[in-house]
Amino acid sequence: MIPLADTQFVEATWIMIAKSIVIFAVIFGIVPVMTVVERKLIGRFQHRYGPNRVGPFGMLQPLADLFKLISKEGFRPANAIPMLYVLGPLLPVLSAVMALAIIPWGDVQGGVGLYGIDVPIAILYFFAVGSLAFYGVLLGGWASGSKYSLLGAMRGAAQLISYEVAMGLALLGAIIMGGSLSLVDIVHAQGALWFVVPQFVGFLIFMLAGFAETNRTPFDMPEADAELVQGFMTEYGGMRFGSFLMVEYLEIIVVSGVASAIFLGGWMGPGPSFLDPIWMLIKIFTLVFLFIWVRATLPRLRYDQLMSLGWKVLLPLATLNVLVTAVLVVVT
Amino acid sequence: MSERFPYLKDDSVVEVQRGPEPGGAGGAYRAFGETLRGLKTTMARLIEGPMTIQYPEEKTPVYPRFRGRHKLHKFDDSGLEKCVGCSLCAAACPADCIRVVAAENIPGDRVSAGERYAAVYEINLSRCIFCGYCEIACPFDAITMGHDYEMADYDREDLIFTKEMLLAEPLERSPLKAEGE
Repeated sequence: MIPLADTQFVEATWIMIAKSIVIFAVIFGIVPVMTVVERKLIGRFQHRYGPNRVGPFGMLQPLADLFKLISKEGFRPANAIPMLYVLGPLLPVLSAVMALAIIPWGDVQGGVGLYGIDVPIAILYFFAVGSLAFYGVLLGGWASGSKYSLLGAMRGAAQLISYEVAMGLALLGAIIMGGSLSLVDIVHAQGALWFVVPQFVGFLIFMLAGFAETNRTPFDMPEADAELVQGFMTEYGGMRFGSFLMVEYLEIIVVSGVASAIFLGGWMGPGPSFLDPIWMLIKIFTLVFLFIWVRATLPRLRYDQLMSLGWKVLLPLATLNVLVTAVLVVVT
Repeated sequence: MSERFPYLKDDSVVEVQRGPEPGGAGGAYRAFGETLRGLKTTMARLIEGPMTIQYPEEKTPVYPRFRGRHKLHKFDDSGLEKCVGCSLCAAACPADCIRVVAAENIPGDRVSAGERYAAVYEINLSRCIFCGYCEIACPFDAITMGHDYEMADYDREDLIFTKEMLLAEPLERSPLKAEGE
């Protein structure tokens, strides 16, 4: 029998609502901090300070950015398609927030599960919801009625199909070892050894695909500020543009959260059990630092290079990884 | 060389050393290694820390021979001006930014040490190119180039420095570079 997530575990409705509000509030508090930390870190990577003028140590910089974006005019190009143009930035926000629900911050403690919801198909859910974000990119880019936006959107679509298969296969090895699709069960299965050790290839492929999923360098082809002037975001301004930026950071948190749950032992760490969410946050921030570090290091890949990397390197490697894992799991 | 290009009589053609072909498993392996090398490089920059000089709060130190805003000098003991109004600086100035009007010293109320003194001494800093020729031309070392480099102003008229302004000590001294820096 395949152990699914415990369907008998029921929580009161108010607890669910309280949990979702807490997760929402905490993550949305982290996002502005992440923007300023990223800018400061990239500055340090380049021998400079980064923002340090607004508030102490520049920590009020995101507030200033937010006020600037909000106070801007909601401009729409004349040949844009109004409804789809507005829908463009909304869909990615929705999908990123939905994906936050499955990230496990801890086990059931005092009758409350420290996660949004423990769905038995968490990884499928992650992929379904994650791909939804690209509809926003596609719709936004297409509905803007601009060549740059359209090019960026098309690049996003082509990029999506060339890494998403490898991303799924990379997780399959960990799923086979964990014996479940639920992230909570997978974390439980890592009690003895984190999956990053036996599934190192899978971890690498997942992180590489994660860079593509979040449109970060070296795979920020849909944005490509140098050649496509921000790609699908070209025609957006004000908070619509801001929500695309926010989604980028939300997705980094989501991908880091899923990666730390599946490969880095989730909430596991020394100390009493109430420290579990802290350990999860530490692991997430380590991966976020990796995202920033890579952004400060690597240039953007050429378009065909991403294609050949996805199809010729990552996909065969991921398939091989799954096959070897399956054989080893059956044998042992 | 000669077997591949038999028509070449001498070895004047040099074969270029090329790196390995990109692509394939070897290419991916090399790309991975180079990526790690790049990550190491940026991490080293992070550890070194920022090199920025926070300008308005922290000023760039200048070398002792830096040619900044001019200064006029007085004798330390008598307090008389060194400038005798000879206009050699104005003659040497390639930008024609110095105006000197000389006057005779009245005995008992001497301004300068010489026979004459500069009644008007103006430098138009919006024209000055900071070449230092005035300093070289001056026979009495009355004018030298100082270390001030913050001369921005809102008005062109304010950039014409009079004798009193040039004689006065600058409000804020520019930091000097340390020995060997």
